[in-house]
Amino acid sequence: MTAFRAQRGRLAAGGAALAGIGLLLGGAFLGLAWEAAASWEGALAAFDGYLLRVTRFTLWQAGLSTILSVGPAILVARALARHPRFWGREFILQLFAVPLALPAIVAALGVLALYGRSGYFAPLFAATSGDMWPGIYGLSGILIAHVFFNLPLATRLCLASLETIPADQWRLSAQLGMGAFASFRFIEWPVLRASLPGIAGLVFMLCATSFTIVLTLGGGPGATTLEVAIYQALRFDFDPARAIALTLVQVALTGTIVLALARLGASTMGDASLPVASRRALFPGAGEKVLNTTLILLALLFVAGPMLATVVAGLAADLVRLAGERPVHQATLTSFILASLAAVLCLMVSGALIMTRRALELARGARIPGFLERMSDSGAAMVLIVPPIVIGAGWFILLLHFGDVFAFAPAMVVAVNAVMAMPFAVRVIRPAYDAASARHEKLCLALGISGWNRFRLVDWPALRRPAAVGFAFAMALSLGDLGVIALFGSDDVRTLPYLLLQRMGSYRTADAAGIALFLAILCLGLMFIAGRLGKSRT
Amino acid sequence: MRTTTTIPVVAFGLFAAALPAAAQDTLTVYTYESFTTEWGPGPAIEEAFEAECDCDLEFVSVADGVALLNRVRLEGENTEADIVLGLDTNLINDARETGLFAPHGISLDNIDVPGGFEDEIFVPFDYGYFAFVYDTEAIDTPPESLTELVEAGSELGIAIQDPRTSTPGLGLLLWIKAVFGEDAADAWSELRDNVVAVTPGWSESYGLFTRGEVPMVLSYTTSPAYHRIDEDTDRYRAAAFSEGHYLQIEVAGRTVKGQDNALAGEFLTFMTGPGFQDVIPETNWMFPAGRTSEPLNPAFDDLVEPAETLLFSPEEVAENRNAWVDEWLSIMSQ
Repeated sequence: MTAFRAQRGRLAAGGAALAGIGLLLGGAFLGLAWEAAASWEGALAAFDGYLLRVTRFTLWQAGLSTILSVGPAILVARALARHPRFWGREFILQLFAVPLALPAIVAALGVLALYGRSGYFAPLFAATSGDMWPGIYGLSGILIAHVFFNLPLATRLCLASLETIPADQWRLSAQLGMGAFASFRFIEWPVLRASLPGIAGLVFMLCATSFTIVLTLGGGPGATTLEVAIYQALRFDFDPARAIALTLVQVALTGTIVLALARLGASTMGDASLPVASRRALFPGAGEKVLNTTLILLALLFVAGPMLATVVAGLAADLVRLAGERPVHQATLTSFILASLAAVLCLMVSGALIMTRRALELARGARIPGFLERMSDSGAAMVLIVPPIVIGAGWFILLLHFGDVFAFAPAMVVAVNAVMAMPFAVRVIRPAYDAASARHEKLCLALGISGWNRFRLVDWPALRRPAAVGFAFAMALSLGDLGVIALFGSDDVRTLPYLLLQRMGSYRTADAAGIALFLAILCLGLMFIAGRLGKSRT
Repeated sequence: MRTTTTIPVVAFGLFAAALPAAAQDTLTVYTYESFTTEWGPGPAIEEAFEAECDCDLEFVSVADGVALLNRVRLEGENTEADIVLGLDTNLINDARETGLFAPHGISLDNIDVPGGFEDEIFVPFDYGYFAFVYDTEAIDTPPESLTELVEAGSELGIAIQDPRTSTPGLGLLLWIKAVFGEDAADAWSELRDNVVAVTPGWSESYGLFTRGEVPMVLSYTTSPAYHRIDEDTDRYRAAAFSEGHYLQIEVAGRTVKGQDNALAGEFLTFMTGPGFQDVIPETNWMFPAGRTSEPLNPAFDDLVEPAETLLFSPEEVAENRNAWVDEWLSIMSQ
C-alpha cells in the first residue's frame, strides 16, 4: 500500500506531462482538422503541381545534402582514424562539434558573409578568374549550409564507429602489410557499412526538415522546401487550405523517415561520444599521409570558414551602437525569458516522464512494459516526427478562431521549444535518475520518504548536475530557434533570431552580423557550460 | 532558486509594457517595413503629427504591403490597428471585402494622382511607377523594354519581390500580365532564368542590389532620385521600358476599430496635407499624392517618364489575383 502511494505522485506527474504534450500536438492537429473540414475542397485543390514540386525539391536537396555530407565525411573520418596523433586532432574534433550548437540563422549568415556575391570570397574569385562570382542564392547556398552543418556531424559519427574497431585488427592489418585500400576494404568498411544507413538517415532527416537555412538562403519559390512553403502559405498567402495540404505531406514524410531510422536502429539525436583514441599500430605510407592531411585540412577550412566569417563580419559591425539599441535590449530580454521558461518547462516535463517510466518499471517487475511506460519512454522521441513548424502551423490556424494569433506568441514559443528540447533533456537526466533510484528506492520505502520530501532530499542532489546540463542545453536550443517565432513573431514579441531575420530583411547586414555574433556567443557559451557540467561528474 | 520566481515577474512586466499605455491617446498605424525605418518617412511623420495632435503615434510594421493586408486579416476584429497605411489600388477590393475597414469620411480634394481616384474607404498618399533600377557599373546597356529584359537570359541577374507579400512584387506580376497578356506565363518561364532572388519585401531586394549582390532590381522610377539627392551619385538609374510602366497608387484606410478613435480621422486629413506630403518624396521616394509646401527637388524632373501608364482596375485584380499568383508560383517553383 505504501509502495503504491509512493508511486502515485510520480504517475500523476508523468500523466500530466504526457497530457501536456498530447494537448500541444492534439491542438495542432485539431486546428488542421478543423480548417480541413471547413474548406476540404481548398485543401484538396492544394495538392497541385506546386505541392509536387516543393515536395520534390525537399527530397532532392535533402538527398544531395546527404551525399555531399556523408561521402566526404567517410574520407575525413577515415583520415582522422588513421592518424590518431594528427597535430591538432583534438581541436579539430572539438571544432566539428560547434556547428551542432550554432543557431541555423547564424550559420546561414556566416555562409552568406563568406560565399555571397559581396562576401569575402567574391573578390578572390574575381581576381583569379576574371569572372563575377555568381553568388549562392538557391540550391547551392542551401547545400553549402547543410554540408557545413552535417559534414562535421557525419564525420564525428563515422569516426565514433571507426573507433570501435579493436586494436587487434589494426595490428593484424599492419602485420599483414595491408595498404590503405586493403585496410579500408577489410577493416574499416565493414564497420562503417553497419553504421552508415543510420548516419545518412539522420542527415537526410535533418536536411528534409531544415527551415531556417532554406528560408534565408533559398532565394525564392524555385528553392522552397515543405516547411518554408507551410510558413509562406500562412504568413504570405493567408491560405490555410494550402498549409494543411503541405503539412500533411510533411508529416507523412518525416513519419516515414523516422520509422525507417528506427528500423535501422539509428539515433535520432546525432551526437557522438568519441573515446580517446587508443594506441594503434598504424603505418600509413607517405602518399596516404599527404592525401589524408589534405583531406583533413580541406574539411577544416570548409567548417572553420563560415565561423571565421561570422566573427569577422560581427566584429566589423557597429557593436557599440547595437549594444545601446532598445530593440536589441528588448529582443535579448525576450529571448532570455522565453528560453528560460522553455528550459524550465522542458525540465519539468522531462523529469515527470523519467520518474513515471521508472515508477512503472519498478511496479511491473519482470512483466512486459505497458502502454504508459512505453509512451513515457519512447514517446519523448515521437515529437521529433512533428516538426515545430507543423505544430506552429496547426496552432496558428486553430488560434485564428480565437482572435489575434500574434498575442499567443510567447506561450507558443515556450511550449514548442520545451517539447522540442525534451528528447535531449531526457537522455541527459534519465541515466542519473535511474541510477539514483536503483540505489535509494528500497531505502525510501523503508523510511517512508515519498513525494516532495523524497524529491528534495533524495533525488534532487543526484539530479542537480544533469538537470543543469539539460537546462543549459534546452535554453541554447530555444535561444537560437527560428521556427515557431517566424510564424508568430511580430514587432511586439521579438526574439534575437527574429530580430536578426528582420535586420537581414531590411538590408542592415552589418547589424545582422553583429547580432549573429552575439547570439552565437550566447548559444556556444551555454553549450560549453553544458559540456563542462556534463563531463565533470563528481 | 531565486531565478525561477523572478522570471515570471519580469515576464509579466515585459508583456504588460507591450500593451498600449492608454488606448485613447494612442493612434496605432500598421504599415510596411521600409516606411518605419529611421531613413523612411515614419520618424518625421510621427514627429509632425504628434506635435499637432498631442498624442502618441505608434507604427507597427510588416514586410510589405500584401503582408500588411494578410496581417490585418489574420488579426480580424481584434486588430490593434486604427489605420492601415501602405496598401495599393491592386488590393483595395480584397481589403474592402474583409469588412474590417470603415469609410474615411474626409474630403479628397487635395489628392491628385494620375487617372484620378475616388473611393469611400481608401485615401491615396503617394504614387509611383514600377521600374527596374540598374547599376551602371555592372550593366552597360540596360534592356529597353520588358520584352528585352525577359529575353536577356541568365547573364542579367535581377532581384524581385514575392507577389504574395509585396506590392511591388504584385505590381510586376500585373505589369507582365498587362504587357504579355495570354503569354504572361511564357514570359515568366523565360524571366525565371534572370531571377537571382525573390524576397518577401522591397527593402530586402533593394538591399541585395545596393550591396552588389544583383545588378538590377525591381523598384520605382523614383529610386534614382534617392541616390542623386542623398548620395550625390548617378550610378543607379531606372531603365525606361518602351511598353510603358505600371502605376502604383499607395493608400491608407481607417479600420472599423479606428472608427472609434478620433485620432484616426485626424490622421487621414493630416495625411493629405503638407505636413505628411512634404516628407514623402525624399524619404519614401515616391511622388506625393497631395500638395507639398515647396516644389520637388529638381532631381525628380530628370526621372524616367513612362511612355504609357499601365493599370488594371481594382475589380480586375481582385477577380484574378489568386489565380495569377498561383500561376506565378507554379512557374517559379519549377
